[in-house]
Amino acid sequence: MRFTDRISRKLKLGALLGAVSLLTSGLTHAAEEIEVGVLFSQTGGLSIVEKSLASATLMAIDEINAKGGVNGMMIKPLVEDGASDPKTFNEKVSKLVIRDRVATVFGGYTSASRKAMLPVVEKRKSLLFYPTFYEGFECSKNVVYTGAAPNQQLNNYIPWLIKNLGKKKFFIVGSNYLYPKEMAKVAKTLIEENGAEWVGDEYLALGHSEWSSMVKKIRDSGADIVLSNVVGGSIISFYREYANQGISQKDIPIASTVTSEIEVAAMGGKFAAGSYTSFPYFQAVDTEANKAFIDRYRAYTKDETAVTHHAMESAYSGVYLWAKAVAKAEGIKPNQIMEATKGVSFDAPSGAMTVSADNLHTSMTPRIVQWNEDARGTIVDEFDAPINPLPYAAYGETAGNLFCSESGVDSSKL
Amino acid sequence: MLDTILIGLSLGSILLLVALGLSIIYGSMGVINMAHGELVMIGAYSTVLAQIHLGLSLFAAIPLAFVVCFALGLLIEKLVVRRLYGRLFDTLLATWGVAILLQQAIRLEFGLSFFGIHIEGLGPGLQSVKVPELLSEPIIIGEFLIQPYRTFIIVVSVLLAIITWLLMYKTRMGQQIRAIMRNKDMAAACGINVRKVNALTFAYGAGLAGIAGVMMSGFKTVMPDMGSSMVIDGFLVVVVGGVGSLVGTIVASGLLGQVNGIFAALSNDIIARAIVFGVVIAVIIWRPQGLLNYKGR
Repeated sequence: MRFTDRISRKLKLGALLGAVSLLTSGLTHAAEEIEVGVLFSQTGGLSIVEKSLASATLMAIDEINAKGGVNGMMIKPLVEDGASDPKTFNEKVSKLVIRDRVATVFGGYTSASRKAMLPVVEKRKSLLFYPTFYEGFECSKNVVYTGAAPNQQLNNYIPWLIKNLGKKKFFIVGSNYLYPKEMAKVAKTLIEENGAEWVGDEYLALGHSEWSSMVKKIRDSGADIVLSNVVGGSIISFYREYANQGISQKDIPIASTVTSEIEVAAMGGKFAAGSYTSFPYFQAVDTEANKAFIDRYRAYTKDETAVTHHAMESAYSGVYLWAKAVAKAEGIKPNQIMEATKGVSFDAPSGAMTVSADNLHTSMTPRIVQWNEDARGTIVDEFDAPINPLPYAAYGETAGNLFCSESGVDSSKL
Repeated sequence: MLDTILIGLSLGSILLLVALGLSIIYGSMGVINMAHGELVMIGAYSTVLAQIHLGLSLFAAIPLAFVVCFALGLLIEKLVVRRLYGRLFDTLLATWGVAILLQQAIRLEFGLSFFGIHIEGLGPGLQSVKVPELLSEPIIIGEFLIQPYRTFIIVVSVLLAIITWLLMYKTRMGQQIRAIMRNKDMAAACGINVRKVNALTFAYGAGLAGIAGVMMSGFKTVMPDMGSSMVIDGFLVVVVGGVGSLVGTIVASGLLGQVNGIFAALSNDIIARAIVFGVVIAVIIWRPQGLLNYKGR
């Protein structure tokens, strides 16, 4: 549609004028529409999770449009498919940023896809809203991070596991790439600070599903708790092998930073029962706002059993944070929106979320869940208030000593 | 130490399960069936669907998946493979295409999802299979831990290997397959219906993939792209074992399984995997025909 519109316009005005009209079309359009990119994997291995992120993003856009849009502008999503492949993410984000010149791109799930989009977004001074919890160590002025930073998943988690469960020996296990390795770094500092020790730190290739040797190692290690940063399809075979080797979640629970409602539903509650996960949002959050959110999402996706989870709630809330920023921004250029994003707040289903002016990450409320036989979680610990994001927690960043500020990252502190 | 050997045995039996069908097809027809992993996936989904819609247990799904994949194998052979005999690279590409088609068929629920129809058990999501109680509770004897499910896989893959051996060496059909393996034209000259035998061989290999799928569904994640990594492992076994050699396939699965298990215990799984590939490369360099191979005329 869009393409043919453009062609017909070009034909009417002739080649010379056409070029001019293309240049100005952004301005004339701006009065009634604001274009944004929605870039998640619609196909491939990661599509199961990323489709839910795309749905949540589009649902938020629909909701805002239904209430009249932002400053009278309708939000027009341009949906692209990242195809579970970082290279495709790079190509598609280039298309959205360079050709379509969208105001903002909402997208990305894996760190690999974010890293693939980052150079394009930074070089073209565009803006990316990234909704996934991630490993930190980034201070981009072109990305707003609406998922949890490492400290928002671990700073509450590790001390709670040590104090409330009396665990002393951690076995850290993860998929072999960036996120799990950085999470392990943060975790080790926290484990030692809280007077416990770690007895293992092992990795398995991404997507690997043969766990016999690793689970045997965990059994032999003398660990009394496992901290799991395992991602993707590997999670299910991990929990299953755990049960198959006769390890009880009562004796040596798995405490995960990744296992969400989606994976637990897929593996069957029996295998997850007794294990823990830490996120700022769970479907189990017991507020009216969240119940209404779940109902709306189920109605939107026409799936009565659809589960909601942290990254997807962040994708949804990210659009609202963005809309609030656009409403008060001086214009709809990406850098104007970015400036306006600083300090913006939204009452998300998970509670209040505020974008930090320093690092463009988002403050949120940490929670810990214990999974039940019926694949639902019970929230066993919850902070009273949101905590500030610390993307450099692995390198000693604290609330009083920020590494990433409005002027960029202070490399002397690293 | 015995634990490690048992793990290696289990890894080997899984390799054998996947490689058996692949080896027969490659050996007898010279077709590299890139869709083999997807046939395993279809086997796994047969189990999921049989459990949800027919209430069948994992055991009952074994013959069902065999029949489903056998039929699918016949169809693929008739529509695609038959037209491409003797063109190795073309079959490679064509079966790869079939693999993508099968994956998407499951992901899009045979296209029904376009019309808003949802079949429980299909789609892009992750599926799980209920394992009978009998196979899920580990048995602990002193220091030892016996996993019934893994033991079951070992038993099934040994049984399948024996059945395949009997088929190949004790039946008239097997004799014909072996004749075709040695020299296709000569076999045809002797009155063997090469087309028919090849079609049945392909279907049998596909059926074996279906059974492998049932076994995998019990402890791996069932999802549309579960098969793509398995076909690689299968090929490693076929290449190491020697094309067309049943014994070679068995020996190679055992060897690679043990190498993987032992090095995973000594260092970690990532290094073990690299060493497995190292062994495969070494075998290809020193014995390009594979460990055991009688073909060569």
